[in-house]
Amino acid sequence: MSTTTLTHDEAHHHEAPKGWKRWLFSTNHKDIGTLYLFFALIMLFLGGASAMLIRMELFQPGIQLLDPDLYNNLVTNHALIMIFGAVMPAAAGLANWMIPMMIGAPDMALPRMNNLSFWVLPAAATMLILSFVVPFFPGGGTQINTGWTIYPPLSVQVGMSMDFLIFAIHLLGISSVLASINIIVTLLNMRAPGMTLMKMPMFCWTWLVTAFLLILVIPVLAGGVTMLLFDRHFGTSFFDAAGGGDPVLFQHLFWFFGHPEVYILLLPSIGVLSHVIPTFARKPLFGYKSMVGAMLAVATIGMVVWAHHQYTVGMSLGAVTYFMIGTILISIPVGLMVFNFIATMWRGAMTFETPMLFAVGIVLMFTFGGLSGVMLAVVPADMQYHDSMFVVAHFHYVLMPGAVFGLFAGVFYWLPKWTGHMYDEKLGKLFFWTNVISFNITFFPQHFLGLAGMPRRIVDYNMIFTEFNVISSIGAMIFGLSHLLFLYIIFKTIRGGKKAEGRSWEGAKGLEWELDSPPAFHTWTVAPQIK
Amino acid sequence: MNQRVPDKHRKNRRTTLLLSGLVVAMFGFGFALVPLYNLFCQITGTQSLSQRSQIGLATPTSERVDQARWVTVKFDTTVNPNLPWEFVAETNKMRVHPGQTYEVNFHARNRSHSAVTGQAIPSVAPWQATPFFSKLECFCFNKQRLDGSEKTIMPLQFMVSTKLPAEINSLTLSYSFMRLKEADSDDRENALPPMIASAPDQ
Repeated sequence: MSTTTLTHDEAHHHEAPKGWKRWLFSTNHKDIGTLYLFFALIMLFLGGASAMLIRMELFQPGIQLLDPDLYNNLVTNHALIMIFGAVMPAAAGLANWMIPMMIGAPDMALPRMNNLSFWVLPAAATMLILSFVVPFFPGGGTQINTGWTIYPPLSVQVGMSMDFLIFAIHLLGISSVLASINIIVTLLNMRAPGMTLMKMPMFCWTWLVTAFLLILVIPVLAGGVTMLLFDRHFGTSFFDAAGGGDPVLFQHLFWFFGHPEVYILLLPSIGVLSHVIPTFARKPLFGYKSMVGAMLAVATIGMVVWAHHQYTVGMSLGAVTYFMIGTILISIPVGLMVFNFIATMWRGAMTFETPMLFAVGIVLMFTFGGLSGVMLAVVPADMQYHDSMFVVAHFHYVLMPGAVFGLFAGVFYWLPKWTGHMYDEKLGKLFFWTNVISFNITFFPQHFLGLAGMPRRIVDYNMIFTEFNVISSIGAMIFGLSHLLFLYIIFKTIRGGKKAEGRSWEGAKGLEWELDSPPAFHTWTVAPQIK
Repeated sequence: MNQRVPDKHRKNRRTTLLLSGLVVAMFGFGFALVPLYNLFCQITGTQSLSQRSQIGLATPTSERVDQARWVTVKFDTTVNPNLPWEFVAETNKMRVHPGQTYEVNFHARNRSHSAVTGQAIPSVAPWQATPFFSKLECFCFNKQRLDGSEKTIMPLQFMVSTKLPAEINSLTLSYSFMRLKEADSDDRENALPPMIASAPDQ
């Protein structure tokens, strides 16, 4: 199996269609992957802009820029746009691009559904943006001041913007579920002959687990927000205590989705790391089987520990004890993954190109976020930290390195494959350092703020918290703007640069590297044979 | 390879159908969680809202009054937005001896011009203190009907048990007043929402 790059097969296939039809009607996994990635990039800037507004407001105590309701609406939007708009589509984009090339399949199993699952997204994003815009118009109702958790009874009282949000969540859910079904079918049925499940590249494994998690939890969220919609408009009382319902039920439904969602965001990036670290350490991944096992354990335990987000709602001692122990247990398989990564690097011939820098950064900073997670898992401690800035610091330390930096690593790692050009390594490293340093300036002080008692989701704060907030806000401005460099690097790489070889990285292994860079429009039309 | 293509299509369709079934099942499971959640709370004894209202319907017991110990009882009132009432406690807090019976009045006023029936749902925080707080006489045991603009005083007799854990020296009794929807046709015993009304058997 030498570098047999297959140009398109005249008998079955045609060249890439031109113009807008190429994108709107696309059934090609590479084009759809590109669409996903650009969509995520736009959303990244939208979500980032709302975060920068939040930090500008928090630069000084008092109310400077934003009304309290508008502030809370931005908090809501920041979370929803980043989670559903940026991270999940970006991970789906990587999956679309890479999975067929990695397993030797000509395309995704269900190409037309693939098209649908992407094109639902812009509609959903429009709904999400409308939910923010509508309250500015007369008769538009109040702003969504609930945070992304949309807890009733507050969410029942919000104006019509909440209905836009509920439908946006439905659409986003449909998109993810369709994409997940497609990915699972592809991974189960389309592997090249000889590639057993346990020979599958790690990125494919992580996406298999992620897709199953999505299928299991997104419908429950859809059910929860549907009940919310019924409570708002059709006189039911699922969550209305006056009608015999219980608002805490919504919290259970939400976090039944919300906690596995954390692993949905995390796992694809773990998959990227499992390729980046072996490539630049020039050693095979340490403990492939234990990695798969650890991931399955994380996903399984992660499904049944959701109520650790609700310690303060007044559950019985037995219940909180169970959720505490379950949550702390997760740190064992996660720790195993981290040790596997460290063992892969151990005595490897390491070089530190941008993807590797991000990978090492993730191992360090994600572990840090994991440790503050264990602190939050402990019930008596959490009673103190609950809903404080400490929680904000914690989940940004797990989600930025754990999810977003992993996606950055993946983008830099595969950008030569996608575009056929090497990115500018100097700029890449500059981006890494400004990004990582400003990230830490932004979020590290928030630990201290939280421990000192500053609550989150509130527009104003006590004077004593000023210094750390100033530091955090300055960091946030640098952090936000540093992404313009990211944008520049991507466009520069698309437009030109050093020609990338098929095997763009010296130590890169796997089927995708046996194709040309950039790969032909249709690849692996004849499946490779895996020994 | 071409031989295998239809085969592969059938396999893909099967997997897709199975997964779609899983999606539908999980959507159903979301709704099934509503009754399951109540069931779970009953079995494990986690207090749901309905059970909380029933705790502490104690008959007067002859506990010795613990003169040495002081416990602060705070009163908190909430009126559901559906109910056009004002409802406040006469006093925000009281210092009490465990074992002794006290009385406190709540003032209620109907702000609307028509008769409305409501019911108060009590809860005690911290929840660990709930079994040690007894209401000997409470307006929350019955539904309350106020004519348009009517004012009334609602008395509460309560006692904090001497068995209250030593680390608790302050507790909050909170009332949420809810509107009863079937209120207009009065004398319906089951005016409470079904879940709350069925609570005494549990």
